Amino acid sequence: MVLRLSGLSVTRRNRPVLHGVSLSLNPGEFVGLIGPNGAGKSSLMETALGLIPCTGTSSLATMPPAQRARHAAYLPQSRDIAWPVSVEDLVALGRIPWPGGGRGGLDRIAIDAAIARMGLEPYRKRTAQRLSGGEQNRALIARALAQDTPLLIADEPIAGLDPAQQLACLRLFRELAAEGRTVLASIHDLGLAARFCSRLVLLAEGHVLADGSVDAVLRDDLLARAFGITVRRVDTPDGPAILPV
Amino acid sequence: MRWLSVALPPLVAALTLASLLTGPAGLGMSESLHALAWGGDGPLPIVMRDIRLPRAILGAVVGAGLGLAGAALQGYLRNPLAEPGLIGISGMAALGAVIAIQTGLSLATPLALPLTALAGAAAGVGLLAALAGPRGGSVTLILAGVAISALAGAGTALVLNLSPNPYAANEIVFWLMGSLADRSLLHVWLALPPMVLGAALILPTRRALDALTLGEAAAQSLGVSAVALRWRLIAGIALTVGPATAVAGAIGFVGLVVPHVLRPWVGARPSALLPASALGGAVLLLAADIAVRLIVPERDLKLGVLTAIVGAPLFLRLIWKTRSGGRV
Repeated sequence: MVLRLSGLSVTRRNRPVLHGVSLSLNPGEFVGLIGPNGAGKSSLMETALGLIPCTGTSSLATMPPAQRARHAAYLPQSRDIAWPVSVEDLVALGRIPWPGGGRGGLDRIAIDAAIARMGLEPYRKRTAQRLSGGEQNRALIARALAQDTPLLIADEPIAGLDPAQQLACLRLFRELAAEGRTVLASIHDLGLAARFCSRLVLLAEGHVLADGSVDAVLRDDLLARAFGITVRRVDTPDGPAILPV
Repeated sequence: MRWLSVALPPLVAALTLASLLTGPAGLGMSESLHALAWGGDGPLPIVMRDIRLPRAILGAVVGAGLGLAGAALQGYLRNPLAEPGLIGISGMAALGAVIAIQTGLSLATPLALPLTALAGAAAGVGLLAALAGPRGGSVTLILAGVAISALAGAGTALVLNLSPNPYAANEIVFWLMGSLADRSLLHVWLALPPMVLGAALILPTRRALDALTLGEAAAQSLGVSAVALRWRLIAGIALTVGPATAVAGAIGFVGLVVPHVLRPWVGARPSALLPASALGGAVLLLAADIAVRLIVPERDLKLGVLTAIVGAPLFLRLIWKTRSGGRV
């Protein structure tokens, strides 16, 4: 088990946002977290990481901070980079939880591997803030890869990306899962979530409405309840295409 | 980065030496240094050991403290316009000093002024802790700092307003401008230990400040404890800025300008900027303190006035940069 959440409840500004959420993630899963805006997806991720106080337990939140940081990497929704650091220095931040802190020999190997995997070699010395949105996103993912954790938690990782970058990002997450890592990502595009994720969790108003295979979760009645929409589903050779109407 | 770490330490040493050799007495270099090292008869050892040495040490230490505190606060708040005065500690220290001048305490014993200034700084930290709370975000901290600065400013104005005679008011105004003239080794021993402790608290936060480049949530996910970092930095900045203000008065712009100028030279990494800014702050303040003695030797040009004159044009550069679409 990579992550176990049991009975998580969260109240923010006197408003309950999560109600007794329980969830277990296994190695090799790419889990898509879907649900309408305000369903509690970001809160669920932050609570799982122990970033916001809650009742219930998260196997991550109970770890000491440094150990937790070697177990789970987190890509927040905000892609703000405060200072004009180089791509290489940005990626090196992922090594902070490890003994070398970013300057050791093992750190160098992890940093170089992450930069190569995300195709960032030509941008290594460039200022990350001055890259395009897609390139910046790749640099931030490389930072999370350099952290070298069994679990990656990504909050809307494909929001704001062009279609090619979206596909590249989701393919990478699928590859990571195939390598035995676990990825938990919130995704708004139901069609892409259906094509790439091995499992979906549907969240609505702070409750887990459904958790399981793509077919079990993307049911008309569940989607109508969660989003208030009906969907047209067309099976294509590349996977299901889902059209909200 | 390598260039800076090679260039800055010798520059600090050279300027410290230059500071020791600058003064109205017009003494020769070799006899000055001989008197400083070996003592002897006559006024020379007194001039070197009791007047110039404290001034040179305080120039380096106060400058380094302000540079370090400024770089740390900018890194923590993720804002290049933050400066050590922002959290209100220096304002409260100044208020303490002003009260000492007003009440005549500063005439009773030379240490009364810096000690009341330190008490003011401590009161400022207490207020900051009460207002900003243990868990608030950086915006709460800034707001609390602004409130404390405003309160300290109002208190200082009130003391000036009620001052019994124009001489006391004059003395307060001149003290507020900041200076290193006529400080003794007692001032050094009063300021140095807390400032070293403050630096010892701030310097280990280097990688945590690096992690904050990605925002608070990402930094926490990298193992940074937000609450511990916050208190450590507040304590460290208070321990450097409080004593600095207590012995040198309110010297602005050093903590703002130095990190700003050096940032591009260290690849913008907060971890590299902290030591560089400490050295850079020492360079700037030593140079400014030599300049005030050389520009108008017959008039007492205040150090804080000079740093403001040097620092203000930086904002013109920033305005120029942001108007042409760049980031600050």
